[in-house]
Amino acid sequence: MKQPELKKRHKSVSYAKWGYLFILPFFLAYFLCSFFPQALTIYNSFFENYRDGLTQVGPKFVGFANYVKLFTPDSTGSVDILKYAGNTLILWICGAVPQIVIAMLLALFFTSYRLKIRGQAFFKAVIYLPNLIMASAFSMLFFTLFSNVGPVNQIIQAAGWANAPIDFFGRTFTVRAMICLMNFLMWFGNTTILLMAGIMGIDQSLFEAATIDGASPTQVFFKVTLPLLTPILLYTVITAMIGGLQMFDVPQVLTKGVGMPDRTSVTLIMYLNSFLGTSKNYGMGGAVSGIIFLITGALSAVVYRSLSKSYKGGGQK
Amino acid sequence: MNTSDTRKARAMLTLSRVLVYLVLIFLSILCLFAFYMLIINSTRSNADLQGGFRLLMQGNFLENLKNAWNDASINIPRGMLNSFIIAGLSAVLTTYFSALTAYGIHAYQFRLKKLAFGFIMAIMVIPNQVGAVGFVQIIYKLKLTNNYLPLVLPAVAAPIVFFYMKQYMESVLPLEIVEAARVDGSGEFHTFNRIVLPMLKPALAVQLIFAFVTSWNNYFIPSLILTKAEYKTVPIMIAQLRSADYSKFDMGKVYMFILLAILPVLIVYIFLSRSIIKGVTAGGVKG
Repeated sequence: MKQPELKKRHKSVSYAKWGYLFILPFFLAYFLCSFFPQALTIYNSFFENYRDGLTQVGPKFVGFANYVKLFTPDSTGSVDILKYAGNTLILWICGAVPQIVIAMLLALFFTSYRLKIRGQAFFKAVIYLPNLIMASAFSMLFFTLFSNVGPVNQIIQAAGWANAPIDFFGRTFTVRAMICLMNFLMWFGNTTILLMAGIMGIDQSLFEAATIDGASPTQVFFKVTLPLLTPILLYTVITAMIGGLQMFDVPQVLTKGVGMPDRTSVTLIMYLNSFLGTSKNYGMGGAVSGIIFLITGALSAVVYRSLSKSYKGGGQK
Repeated sequence: MNTSDTRKARAMLTLSRVLVYLVLIFLSILCLFAFYMLIINSTRSNADLQGGFRLLMQGNFLENLKNAWNDASINIPRGMLNSFIIAGLSAVLTTYFSALTAYGIHAYQFRLKKLAFGFIMAIMVIPNQVGAVGFVQIIYKLKLTNNYLPLVLPAVAAPIVFFYMKQYMESVLPLEIVEAARVDGSGEFHTFNRIVLPMLKPALAVQLIFAFVTSWNNYFIPSLILTKAEYKTVPIMIAQLRSADYSKFDMGKVYMFILLAILPVLIVYIFLSRSIIKGVTAGGVKG
C-alpha cells in the first residue's frame, strides 16, 4: 500500500522524447478533431453564413450581430434561446434532483452495516442497465409505450381510469415528465454506484467513533457522511449539470425534433441541431455554440477547482 | 426495560429493512418495465398489438424478426454492420491510445509533462457538441460526409479514458518493471506493447466495452455526417423510425427494430455486468 509513495520519488531515466512521442497521437487527434473545430465554430459565430434554398449567403463578417439576433425578441416577444435554455433547465432539474436524492438514499442503504441488504449485485445490475441503453432506442421505446395506441394507454383504459386514450404527447407536462423520467432512469444507477464508492472510501473508524460517542444515524449522516462526501457530491452535481446542458438524444427522438407541444421541450442542443440541417446556418449555429461554451466553461471551472481541492485535501486511501 | 428496548430496536430494523427492499423492488420494476414490454411486444403480431395489452410472450417473434430484417426502407442489418465497424474501431483506438498517452505521462519525465496532464484534465468536461458547427463545416468542405473516418479518428483523444488508465497505472504498474525491461534490452515501444499492455488487461477490457457502447449509442454527430442510407448507423435509423408515419407501421416490426438496436449491448451486459459495474467505480473520481 505504500508503493505509490515510493514510485513518485523514483528517479526517472531521461527518455523524454519517448514521453512526447507517446502522447503525440492524442494531442494531434485532439487539435484536429476537437480544438480546431471548436475554434472554427466560434469564428463562424461572427459571420453571416447560411444557405437559403439553393443560394449561399455569406460568409460575411458581421461582428456580434448573430449574438444580438439570438437575444432579440421575435414578433410574439419571446426570445427563443432563453425559452430553450429554460426548457433545458427545467428538464434537467426535474430529472437530476430525484436522481441525486434517490441515488444518495440507495448508496446509504447499500453500504449500511445495520441493514445488510442482500442481492446487491442484482439490484445494482438492474438500476445501472438503462445507462448503457441507446438513448434514441430508449426514447423510441417510450414513444411506442406511451403513444395513443400503446400499452400504457391500453392499461389505463382496461383499468377504466380513462375512457379515451391520454394524449401524452399533446401536453407540456406529460412530455416533460417522460423526458425527466427517462433521464432519471438512465442516470440514477450510475450516480448510486459513484456515491457508494465515495461512502466506502470513508474511514470506517469515523463512523464507529461517532456511534460510540452517541450519535444517532441521522447525526452520523449529516455530521460525518455528508461533509466527507461533499467533494464527490459536488463532482456528481456539476458533471450532471454539464450532461444536462448536452441533453439531446432523448427529447429529439421522443418529440421528432420539434419539442412538442409548442416547442416546450426543445433543448439548447436541439436548437443548435436545427441550424445544422439543410440551412447549414454556421453563423447562428456558431453563436448558439458560443453561448453553450460559455456556460460549460463556467461550470467546468467549478468542477476543476473542486477536483483539485479534493486532491490537495488528500484523505483518500 | 433493557430487553424491551432491544426488541423495539430490532423491530425497527426489520421494518426499515422491509421498506428498503420495497423501494429497491419498486425501482427495479421501474427500470425493467419498458424492457419487459419491449420483449413481450416483439413477440406479438401487429393485429394482436392493436388488440390490447399482454403480459406474456406470443408466437410471432420469428415473423417480426424476418420482417424487420428484410424491411425495404430501414436496412437494419446494414445499420448494425455499420455501427459494429464504427464502434469496434472507435473502441480499439480509444483504448489503445488512451493507454499509450497515460503511459507516456506515467512512465516518462519531460518538461511539458505537467502542462500536458493539466491540459487533458481541463478539456475533460468540454462537450463535443460545442465544436459540432466547425466539425460539420470541415467535413463538408473536405467531402468526408458518408465516411467513417471523421467518426473514428476523434476516438484517439478520449480524456476520460486517459484519466482512468492513468489512475489504473498508478496502482498496478511499478516503474521497476519498465526499467528491468530496459536492462534486458527491450525497446520503449516494445515494452509498452508486450509488457505494459498485458498488465493492464482488466482495465483495457472494461474500457473497450464502455467505448464500444458509447460509440454504438452515439447519435448526434453521426446523424450530421452520414446522410446516405447505406452508411447510416443504428441510432440514426431508430430516429428515422420515429419521424416516419408510425400509424402505417407494423408495430411488431417496430418493437423488433428497437430490440435489435439494443440487443448487442444487452447481451454483453448480461454476461459482464459485474465487471462493467466495477469499471464505473474505478473510473470515477475517488472522493
